[in-house]
Amino acid sequence: MAKVLVVTSGKGGVGKTTSTAALGAALAQSGQNVVVVDFDVGLRNLDLVMGAERRVVFDLINVVQGVAKLPQALIRDKRLENLWLLPASQTRDKDALTDEGVGRVIAELRSRFDWILCDSPAGIERGATLAMRYADEAVIVTNPEVSSVRDSDRIIGMLDSKTVRAERGERVEKHILITRYDPARAARGEMLNIDDILEILATPLLGIIPESQDVLKASNVGTPVTLNNAESAPARAYIDASRRLMGEEVAMVVPAERKGFMDRLLGRRAA
Amino acid sequence: MSMRLLRLFGSREATAPVARERLQILLAHERGLLGQSDLLVTLREEILAVVSKHIQLDPDKVIVKLERGKTVSTLEVDIEVPNNFDKSKAAIERRMAG
Repeated sequence: MAKVLVVTSGKGGVGKTTSTAALGAALAQSGQNVVVVDFDVGLRNLDLVMGAERRVVFDLINVVQGVAKLPQALIRDKRLENLWLLPASQTRDKDALTDEGVGRVIAELRSRFDWILCDSPAGIERGATLAMRYADEAVIVTNPEVSSVRDSDRIIGMLDSKTVRAERGERVEKHILITRYDPARAARGEMLNIDDILEILATPLLGIIPESQDVLKASNVGTPVTLNNAESAPARAYIDASRRLMGEEVAMVVPAERKGFMDRLLGRRAA
Repeated sequence: MSMRLLRLFGSREATAPVARERLQILLAHERGLLGQSDLLVTLREEILAVVSKHIQLDPDKVIVKLERGKTVSTLEVDIEVPNNFDKSKAAIERRMAG
């Protein structure tokens, strides 16, 4: 049965698009049929992170408005044949999305894919509410930092009230994905503790993605980090998270500091 | 000087517990507010529906406020009633009040 999963956060810049691309690719790498859908109308970036920016012809709004058929707008990944992208429009604004139109597109995607990952825009307005509207599950991307946790709390409230599932009295299954985790700062007690974040948000953990140059390198070349360097720490964390989404039990790894003696002596931060 | 020495040896003050506490207080407050606004909307609608059975009201002149105090909270309902409202309905209204 197809699953619709929204990747959301409220706050901008926490890693929604990176996480959508990485989780989507990881699910596809394990044989699932996956489509990643960009809901950030006017500020699309999932195409860029996926390396498909020059192949966009039609987009989500064209399909919602019936200008293009779904297969015309879907872009197949160059590396994985079971990974697809439905881009957002760059020129239209978010008001072009309608609840009913999005519902139709999601229903059609459900018949074609195992996983539909909706990359939400930041904020709590139309784009964000429509990205979560038809979700069965939600990944709430959270940085270990006060403003991000506050916004996540707000988004959790919306997932529990504004989604189709919530209105039917059903639950959207929610997961917290901690990104940009810095082990060195955590060790110094400068970063919100993971247990504290989970307790405050009262939501289970999907994974902890360490802050890493590998994430930036992957987006530079337009490849999801799980495909660009599958052995890197963030890629392994995303792959583990994707296995948990598929229902596997995978032991949680808290990223640890890897520092040499001299670094320790000089109090240098891990790269 | 002593602070600097302390810092040199890495016993910097942890700020994470402060962050946690601030968040807990803030979110308890915000969740309350959001929950409250829903409650107020419901109360306002239902009060309006009940009173409208007997008196013609301007929905905009019905104000429902909830003020949270330390030990008790007060619910304030302010309904502006036009002077020319139906007399028979007013009698019912008086009986209900008595």
